[in-house]
Amino acid sequence: MKVLMVIINWINAAVLSGTPLLLATSGEILTEKSGNLNLGVEGQMYMGAIAGLAGAWFTEQWFGVGGIIPLIAAVIFAFLMGCISGLIYAVLTVSLRANQNVTGLTLAIFGTGFARFFGEVLSNKAGGFVAVGRETKGVFSNIDFGKLAEIPVIGTLFFRYNWLVYFALIIAIILGWFLNRTRKGLSLRAVGENPGTADSAGINVTRYKYAATTIGGGLCGLGGLCMSMVSQKGVWQPNCVSGYGWLAIALVIFATWSPLRAIYSSIIFGGLSVMYMRIPIPGLPREIYMMFPYMATIIVLILTSIRQSKEHAQPASTGYNYYREER
Amino acid sequence: MQDAKPAINENVIQMQHICKSFGTVQALSDVHFELKRGEILSLLGENGSGKTTLMNILAGIYFPDAGDIFVNGKHVTIRQPKDAFDLNIGMVHQHFKLVEVFSAAENIVLGLPGKTTINRRALYKHVQEIADQYGFEIDPEKKIYDMSVSEKQTVEIIKALYRGADILILDEPTAVLTPQETDKLFEIMRAMKADQKSIILITHKLNEVLAVSDRVTVLRKGEYIDTVHTKDATIQSLTDMMVGHSVSLAIDRPAPTNVEPILMVQSLTALNQEGTKALDDVSFEANGGEILGIAGISGSGQRELCEAIAGLYPVIGGSILYRNIVDGYEVDENVVGLNPHTIAKKGIALAFVPEDRLGMGLAPSLDMVDNIMLKHYREKKGFFVDRKSPRQIAERLVEELQIVTPDVFTPIRQLSGGNVQKILVGREIDTAPRLLMVAYPVRGLDINSSYTIYNLLNEQKEKGTAVIFVGEDLDVLMEISDRVLVMSSGRVTGIVDPRVTSKQDIGLLMLGQSIDNVKGADAV
Amino acid sequence: MTDQKINKVNAKDQPDIPCPPAQDMRPVMKEPLVRMKKRGVVTTRHKAIVYILGFILALLVGALMLLAVGKNPIIAYRDMAVGSFGTKIASAETVRIAIPLLITSVAVGFAFKMKFWNIGAEGQILAGAVACSYIVIHSINNGNYIPRLPLHLIMVICALIGGALFGFLPAFFKTKWGTNETLFTLMLNYIAIQYVVYLQSLRTWQHPDSSYPKIIDFSTFTDGKVELPRLFGVHIGWIFALIIAVIAYFYLTRTKHGFEISVVGDSMNTARYAGMNTTWIQIRTLLVSGALAGFVGYLQVAGANHTLTETSAGGVGFTAITVAWLAKLNPFVMVPISIFIAMLQKGSLFIQSTMRIPASVADLLTGLILFFMLGCEFFIEYKLVFRGKRNVSHLEQKEVAE
Repeated sequence: MKVLMVIINWINAAVLSGTPLLLATSGEILTEKSGNLNLGVEGQMYMGAIAGLAGAWFTEQWFGVGGIIPLIAAVIFAFLMGCISGLIYAVLTVSLRANQNVTGLTLAIFGTGFARFFGEVLSNKAGGFVAVGRETKGVFSNIDFGKLAEIPVIGTLFFRYNWLVYFALIIAIILGWFLNRTRKGLSLRAVGENPGTADSAGINVTRYKYAATTIGGGLCGLGGLCMSMVSQKGVWQPNCVSGYGWLAIALVIFATWSPLRAIYSSIIFGGLSVMYMRIPIPGLPREIYMMFPYMATIIVLILTSIRQSKEHAQPASTGYNYYREER
Repeated sequence: MQDAKPAINENVIQMQHICKSFGTVQALSDVHFELKRGEILSLLGENGSGKTTLMNILAGIYFPDAGDIFVNGKHVTIRQPKDAFDLNIGMVHQHFKLVEVFSAAENIVLGLPGKTTINRRALYKHVQEIADQYGFEIDPEKKIYDMSVSEKQTVEIIKALYRGADILILDEPTAVLTPQETDKLFEIMRAMKADQKSIILITHKLNEVLAVSDRVTVLRKGEYIDTVHTKDATIQSLTDMMVGHSVSLAIDRPAPTNVEPILMVQSLTALNQEGTKALDDVSFEANGGEILGIAGISGSGQRELCEAIAGLYPVIGGSILYRNIVDGYEVDENVVGLNPHTIAKKGIALAFVPEDRLGMGLAPSLDMVDNIMLKHYREKKGFFVDRKSPRQIAERLVEELQIVTPDVFTPIRQLSGGNVQKILVGREIDTAPRLLMVAYPVRGLDINSSYTIYNLLNEQKEKGTAVIFVGEDLDVLMEISDRVLVMSSGRVTGIVDPRVTSKQDIGLLMLGQSIDNVKGADAV
Repeated sequence: MTDQKINKVNAKDQPDIPCPPAQDMRPVMKEPLVRMKKRGVVTTRHKAIVYILGFILALLVGALMLLAVGKNPIIAYRDMAVGSFGTKIASAETVRIAIPLLITSVAVGFAFKMKFWNIGAEGQILAGAVACSYIVIHSINNGNYIPRLPLHLIMVICALIGGALFGFLPAFFKTKWGTNETLFTLMLNYIAIQYVVYLQSLRTWQHPDSSYPKIIDFSTFTDGKVELPRLFGVHIGWIFALIIAVIAYFYLTRTKHGFEISVVGDSMNTARYAGMNTTWIQIRTLLVSGALAGFVGYLQVAGANHTLTETSAGGVGFTAITVAWLAKLNPFVMVPISIFIAMLQKGSLFIQSTMRIPASVADLLTGLILFFMLGCEFFIEYKLVFRGKRNVSHLEQKEVAE
């Protein structure tokens, strides 16, 4: 029974820790489906993290309210900041034809610097460190499901989460539906697979690339919001994203470009990254244990590259910019 | 929109005075074209005659330099493929424009307006209906990557029909089909014709022209030749129009001296990516002091043959023997299975000008000196490269071949195609090869540059090099070559003496007729 | 050469199709408003102007951000310059920051030239640092028995091997199965950092009096043997860095290896055509790239920190990517660029104390500058052609055909 409880609690922690990953992975899947390999997720999450926190904090300061209104402001700010970061990437790679890899890496560096810069400015303004009020913190903590959360096992597995967990799930499901069931989703996938074909079918390649990269960036921004408002409980922490952005890019590969598969992939990776706290392995130093998610990523990368599948593969044009003249 | 009435009522398309040039090469000059409702029209011409370019203009891929297009009597500008769709023009390209990981039905509806979600069941039914109407066999749910070429082609045709195309352009549709599949395609084309659709068939296969079309329009070297009714035409009359009378290009052909075999290819067989035979039992000899021309419709195995000889294409059977001189003795060395480096290490002086200059053969971001160094940077001992001699070679080539470049340190991707080609050919010749292979060396080049290349090849021949010249212009091949090897579908259909063989007979060999059936072609 | 021209067969017997007068027939659709056209040969002057404009714009956007947080950008920029090169000590500190940056840029530059996206320099530095720290710890735990010179020699060798190993792994899997090297190298960064954290927890490595896990100061426990000598106030790593930049330049431009790297990076097919062993070239280059980064690890241990921490690499691996790209992978140009980026970092530390501007402004500015430089490439290669110049715009179709 005790073992079961440990496992149940571990899964609960895995879902919590997997949520920012799921949001960022969904965002990156959307971006890559348009043929843009954006390596800047880490930076985008940082930008979303600080923007969300700043949004909540300023709303509290200016309007003197806590709770739902700062929450809305945080969501809007984080999403918009993520969109802006995606837009920067799109302008450089789609319109100005810059190398996708370098642009993404620069975005990662820029975004990290951006967040730390404004994070510290904000801390100075707040007199030392930024923290949102208790009420706002409350709306980012677990939703009160009342009796439901008390049900043994089921309660812990399904009803002890904050709203972002459910939100991320819904986003992933909507994204899956969009990509697989809708006309625009089909067009977007065509753009990522074969922009020349999409172009000749009358699809506006540029518009799709811009839209997907911008909204994808917005989702990464929400992933960052999750890190600053939930994981760090509304306190600014200069290392708050700590590699989750890079894990998200790897997760896209693990989830084979499917938002639905990203759901369980993110829970697995979330589980791996909190495993050392939940399931001690005798004789294994904790510090070595903490390498697990990274080692797992490498193993996944190698295995997926060995077993190439036509269907579950990176969109064929990913990484290459499209010029109509080379049609 | 103006309401101009077409001159001839049933004309659905009229193209007038169409001109199009690519750089210095005139691809189309003052070409006329017309298509009637409910007819199958063959557009006939050799490679490079401009037939695909003309149709690409109609499909919105290229924009003409001059000329007017009328569709159903209206003067139109077709700027992009979507404009062509809107005018109900659909084109099935030789290289299919399909998304590999999508199903047939998904490819068919791609980019079309409609409801937010796709009702796949209704879509499959609709696609099936169109297919049944014309007699296509298709599984709408099948993924493209699981399909054979003929299935992919079917998807392309249905895609065009689904978009309401009344005018369908098929670019060499039978090139990839088996005879049975071809017959089926023709039946479908007749069914579409019965449905008042107009079809343009781009082809160079005369028997197909005669079998299926109502009228034939012939282009030659970017010019309009004539349009005739198929019932009035014969293979002979069409061949005459297509290849024209032999035109004197005044390319020198010095008499071969000291002819001796250098390369012996025996029963060479290789597979392409689809697993069918790209080379099928190819045997021939290339002699020093001679130019061996290789003629054939593009894609008949020329590229694979050259790359196999150069050690760049895997071979599944046969041998490539190269007559090498080791310590004064002649040794026949089999180079099958060796890579370019090991071939060179054996002291085999082989030079190769590949078809795709900037993709293979040259490094486009590097300058001329470095590109010249590519072939012999290993020769000097030690850790460092020596740019002195390649630089000298580069400067000499610039002068001798009149290469237009700011200096020899300019990245070659900034240079024009003709100059790039001169660099490549110049470099290969400069290695003093005993065997020189050139694939389409004058493609995209202007007349002067072309003649420079011809002269270089002749010089090599006179030096005793065995030259293999893969070309597409029969006139050139017949004037410069001492022997012409004709390929069709990966096989050698004949090796003939161009001095005594007619152009028409070579044309028949290119179309896959065996040499015994071609009178006048002497096996050499 | 013959002077004769081809006797063109003139189009004949064309059916006389009545052609409606052109001006009555307006085309239904128009040409696009703006289209891009390749410039062809680009002059150095044009390049310089575009780059300088881009740089100024980047600084302007940076200034706007400073203004947004209520700081005077002019004073901030001035103070950054003063803070990085105003005094002798400041200059020494700036150079000290530039040393690992320069060598690491050279290291990643090798891989980038081959279009191999090695973003794992951070991990390779740490791998080198860990490897040479093992030697130091071993020596200390056995009575500090290795003399100065052999100690350094063994440290260097171990550092090179450690870095090279971390470069080899992704290269091996990439050449064998096409494994994504970007993420592979990146994950190795985290593994290396985590490993250093593990070492800090080991009794044999720990500082006895420290309240938190920390590796001992190597200098104290080796009687200073581990310290690199100084010259002009900076450890002699700067001499190594300059020598490496020079050698790297000649390696890339004058040696067979360097030539192979360029060709493989430009066109894999052409490399095969020229008989190059592309697999070995990639693995070899990553061994060199990793080993150089490993050497940085040695310099950080022996020159800068005299200990090992998880921040021994301190983001150098990432900043080096920007340096390498800004320098267009030219090792000589990397020298001033890495000094410039070091100025930004040192200067930002200075204005942090004088103006309370966060030091992360350095990363912000670095990112901005690279963004603008990336944008500049477009305006160097292309120019915009506006509607109405029909004749001009169609000449470019040439590029399509070739």
